[in-house]
Amino acid sequence: MKLHEYQSKAIFSKYGIPIPNGRVAATAQEAKQIAEELGSRVVVKAQVLVGGRGKAGGVKLAKDPAEAAQLAAQILGMEIKGLPVRKVLVDEASAIDQEIYFSITNDRAARKPVMIASAAGGIDIEEVAANHPDKIIKSHIDPLLGLREYQARDVAVAMDLPRENVKDFVKIAMGLWEVYKATDATLAEINPLVITKEKKMIALDGKMLIDDSALFRQPELADMRDTDEEAPAETEARKFGLSFIKLDGNIGCMVNGAGLAMTSMDVIKLFGGEPANFLDIGGGASSEKVAAAMRIILTDPNVKAVLFNIFGGITRCDEVAKGILAAMEEVKPKVPMVVRLVGTNAEEGRKLLENANMITAETLADAAKKAVAATQKGN
Amino acid sequence: MSILVDKNTRLLVQGITGNEGLFHTTQMVAYGTNVVGGVTPGKGGEWVLDGKVPVFDSVKTAKEATDANATVIFVPARFAPDAMFEAADAGIPLIVCITEGVAVQDMMRVRSYLDQKKTRLVGPNCPGLLTPGEAKVGIIPGNIAIPGNVGVVSRSGTLTYEVLYAMKNLGMGASTCVGIGGDPVNGTNFLDVLEMFEHDPKTEKVIMIGEIGGNEEEKAAEYIRAKMTKPVASFIAGQTAPPGKRMGHAGAIIEAGSGAAADKIKALEAAGVKVAKHPEEIPTLLQ
Repeated sequence: MKLHEYQSKAIFSKYGIPIPNGRVAATAQEAKQIAEELGSRVVVKAQVLVGGRGKAGGVKLAKDPAEAAQLAAQILGMEIKGLPVRKVLVDEASAIDQEIYFSITNDRAARKPVMIASAAGGIDIEEVAANHPDKIIKSHIDPLLGLREYQARDVAVAMDLPRENVKDFVKIAMGLWEVYKATDATLAEINPLVITKEKKMIALDGKMLIDDSALFRQPELADMRDTDEEAPAETEARKFGLSFIKLDGNIGCMVNGAGLAMTSMDVIKLFGGEPANFLDIGGGASSEKVAAAMRIILTDPNVKAVLFNIFGGITRCDEVAKGILAAMEEVKPKVPMVVRLVGTNAEEGRKLLENANMITAETLADAAKKAVAATQKGN
Repeated sequence: MSILVDKNTRLLVQGITGNEGLFHTTQMVAYGTNVVGGVTPGKGGEWVLDGKVPVFDSVKTAKEATDANATVIFVPARFAPDAMFEAADAGIPLIVCITEGVAVQDMMRVRSYLDQKKTRLVGPNCPGLLTPGEAKVGIIPGNIAIPGNVGVVSRSGTLTYEVLYAMKNLGMGASTCVGIGGDPVNGTNFLDVLEMFEHDPKTEKVIMIGEIGGNEEEKAAEYIRAKMTKPVASFIAGQTAPPGKRMGHAGAIIEAGSGAAADKIKALEAAGVKVAKHPEEIPTLLQ
């Protein structure tokens, strides 16, 4: 789960990391009022969960409250990479001397957290990593020991930070480690972390990703999820415990198991079709779940056929078939349905579906071919 | 011979009195697995399966009483890290964690701790292990595989069943099937299992089922190229997966340009591995 900049910075601040004075606004009037309170030049920043806001014109400097209001109105009407801007952050502007990149994230291959820093901050860090790998400093953190101050000092020295700022940096690093740990973050990033003309260090921007598997113990963070920023079908699917991702094709997929769901998409593509979604109904596959999944798939007007691919292991195919029948009764789909049931009680399952006006298939390849053919017939 | 589990496995079930734990214990015992006991804190002294399997309060007491040499974990995600620490502390050499949804930071701590012990972890978020005809540890349906000489290793659940079933239909059997799980940080990787298969006299060929995310398939390809003498066939799921999205499994995500299916397929093919276009084709590549 992604957090907005204003949410991330509020968390940073709680752990002693200095951030600019400022607040979030949903209207131009609010933005003006915040600028008046700050009584200085301000930066108006679009709050959307994508990168490249600056390049898209979503970050602007205002010299007075009137200009802040005008810029806020302009930015609040924008769409950035398809996402409408609903909020802006109005921050006190800083006089910047140096920009640093600093983050703590999971290094999957090393199975450890890693601290990443670069004196070449402010811009796309992946670009720096690709073109100037020598400018990126990495230091792994023992997950049982936690970040130690000497490691942060070493990173500061390796970045050639001004001596007078090393202590500040260590404090910020220790703060960010506490943020990362306390929030179950998979990424806690400050880019840029700036040294101002007054030689103070401030986290000018913030980005956080939270581990979805840890949300059970992070209720406050779970409440921060911005469902305006995802496809409505994905929000709906989450309610039913379904794993769903919307894609651009026209063959809806309903599969049990994530690996098999991905594979079903791949095989559709292999035989000339395009999947409309990824959907894992998980184990059990009760009729309620199947019905919810069917409703979600069919809300997509692009869907011209639906492919069910169920491997009955512990889950019995006849039970899934009953679920499908109950769901059909409720949802009354108008597009062709291709069903493939294999494994435990597949024969009984197929018999149940015989009279349900569905296209049945033996193999996955066969099912994919039939689904592709069904979409072409419709056109 | 086989790897990790066989008829000498003396298995504990952590979370044996829960719905999942009890259901799968019944299935494992029916398959012939030697389940010597279970653990549920607060239920020590009870028995399950009509008085056949004793329940203990802790892994330590269970191990002392039963001399168990493996444990399978069915407890909910929030309790799973503790269950893994407990099993490692009790000196159980093999832990198989079925539980899905363990927090990544917890897994980094577990893995770091286990690396200091002589304990192997398989999983979490995995279907477990099956040595056909000998033992089933986890949730892989026993009836879809027959004994044989093909080692199977996979990050997936039902996709693995699909392949075992296709093998069975061709009369091809498995030596051992290992589900290593779909999480980004886990206990056992492709490389570990390939090494075990390479050294297992019963295994003559190997099927490796990978998916998008991480670079374990690439590491495996390097091992296959440099060290492996047995033929390997593979399949990589997620060729149509969009970048930046988690495809169900916590570990199945293309991040910052790494973990894409095409890169994995390229690495495997360069190592001489035959990569199937769809899962039903995999076993035919080894015929």
